[in-house]
Amino acid sequence: MAKKPEKKQEVETTGHEWDGIEELNNPLPRWWLWVFYACIVWAIWYSIAYPAWPMVSGATKGYMGWSTRENVAQEIAAAEEANSEINAQLVAADLSAIPGDEQLAGYARDAGEAVFNTWCVQCHGREGGGFVGYPTLSDDSWLWGGSMEEIHTTIAHGIRNDEDPDARWSEMPAFGADGLLSEEEVDQVINYVMSLSGEPKDAAVVEAGAEVFEINCAACHGENAEGMVAMGAPNLSDAIWLYGGGYDALYETIWNSRFGVMPPWTERLDEAEVRAVSAYVHQLGGGE
Amino acid sequence: MSDESENKPPMPTSATGVGERPKKKTILDRHQILEKNVTLLAVFAFLVVTIGGLVQIAPLFWLENTIEDVEGMRPYTPLELAGRDIYVREGCYVCHSQMIRPMRDEVERYGHYSLAAESQYDHPFQWGSKRTGPDLARVGGRYSDEWHVDHLRDPQSVVPESVMPKYGYLEDRLIDGRYVGDLLATHKLVGVPYSDEMVDMAQADFTAQADPDSDYDGLIERYGDKVQVRNFDGAPGISEADALIAYLQMLGTLVDFSTFTPVASR
Repeated sequence: MAKKPEKKQEVETTGHEWDGIEELNNPLPRWWLWVFYACIVWAIWYSIAYPAWPMVSGATKGYMGWSTRENVAQEIAAAEEANSEINAQLVAADLSAIPGDEQLAGYARDAGEAVFNTWCVQCHGREGGGFVGYPTLSDDSWLWGGSMEEIHTTIAHGIRNDEDPDARWSEMPAFGADGLLSEEEVDQVINYVMSLSGEPKDAAVVEAGAEVFEINCAACHGENAEGMVAMGAPNLSDAIWLYGGGYDALYETIWNSRFGVMPPWTERLDEAEVRAVSAYVHQLGGGE
Repeated sequence: MSDESENKPPMPTSATGVGERPKKKTILDRHQILEKNVTLLAVFAFLVVTIGGLVQIAPLFWLENTIEDVEGMRPYTPLELAGRDIYVREGCYVCHSQMIRPMRDEVERYGHYSLAAESQYDHPFQWGSKRTGPDLARVGGRYSDEWHVDHLRDPQSVVPESVMPKYGYLEDRLIDGRYVGDLLATHKLVGVPYSDEMVDMAQADFTAQADPDSDYDGLIERYGDKVQVRNFDGAPGISEADALIAYLQMLGTLVDFSTFTPVASR
């Protein structure tokens, strides 16, 4: 695509020349030039219309009265306004009645899912699937109770946190580390606890472990090791494990204890959101 | 060379011919003086950038509404500051921003939009410009310490789709805060209002914050009663994980938003 030599004659050069190579001074395409000028005009308008120039005591405000912070406040207010009626119903409703109310339950499930996927999913997993150390919310096994009221309290105040004085609280002693049980007793009680979930264990050791259990553990976990919701003490006989049901995991649990913490959510979520996510968790599978 | 140039065919002249017709000198022609003198160009380019800087940046230092008037903001404790250094060292800012923009989606997801006041003691600020991971400006209190330990050790154990690398080794690296006083002094030098007492007691405060059984009254007195005193990583000794988690658990929790009214003109 060599330029035709006669064409070159029509165009002015810049006067730059090196070894016979000249720089042509072609004008800019007209469309480009006009876009360029339009941008300059637009920039001037923009700096008048919107906050732009810093002055002595503040920036120019712009005649459009535009403010990022006001805009976001308005947007959120508008979204809240749109849901205000049903949110008010949700807050006014009896907690235990929400799952039965078709309209409220449907709304709470959707709103609660959004809340859950923003704030809860990092620990409790997708759809409450849970991880080791973070309870599964979609089964029938509840540490602190699975009724709407109990779920609501747990979410609102959290568990074993410093921020909320109403947080649920219980603390298992570090039976080994604090010297409450000997190495042998810990071994016996692990064997007993594992036998509860149907693991075949030496009967003599299990029997000794049952004795250790009755003295040290039954106060919270119950005579039959079926747990105690008021204490957040898990059922140890259902083969559902928060920290794992293998020997090593149980050894760690009994020797050093566990201390699962959940933050309180009332500071970050409003009452309607707490109720919505409670209803969402309730309907994941195990609501009582 | 001179022989060669003599043998060259004459230059083709352009249609108008350079310098053939005397032209009025316009401002654009004068601009050629700059274009053809590199030193002059550098001097003038510097001048232009200086003016831009003066107009855009300098007023921020005297405008009163640059940094909002808030309650609760305080300089970071020695342990948090050490954690912040680890945050910077590990390049967390490469994937995590600390800047919640005033937009509805961000405010709904992360919490109140970030204020300039909240990064006033950051040297350098950690606003970041890339979110491979989520924004961390208000991560404090959002998860338990244990979650942070689990997540730093193996992010995929709690967030299966995460692409974050593992930082378990932070737990194995113990730190004693020997130089944390110097770190505070350096921050004081660039304008963070650390008192002499804070600098002097830095190492004591550093160890006190990670040990709930220690005498941490001095720490509370110097930094306020909202300082979180815990064994953050749940293991004996102060590790880099302790410092980092202390820093993360503080992020975004300092300002008391119940007493904050946004100025509409921003």
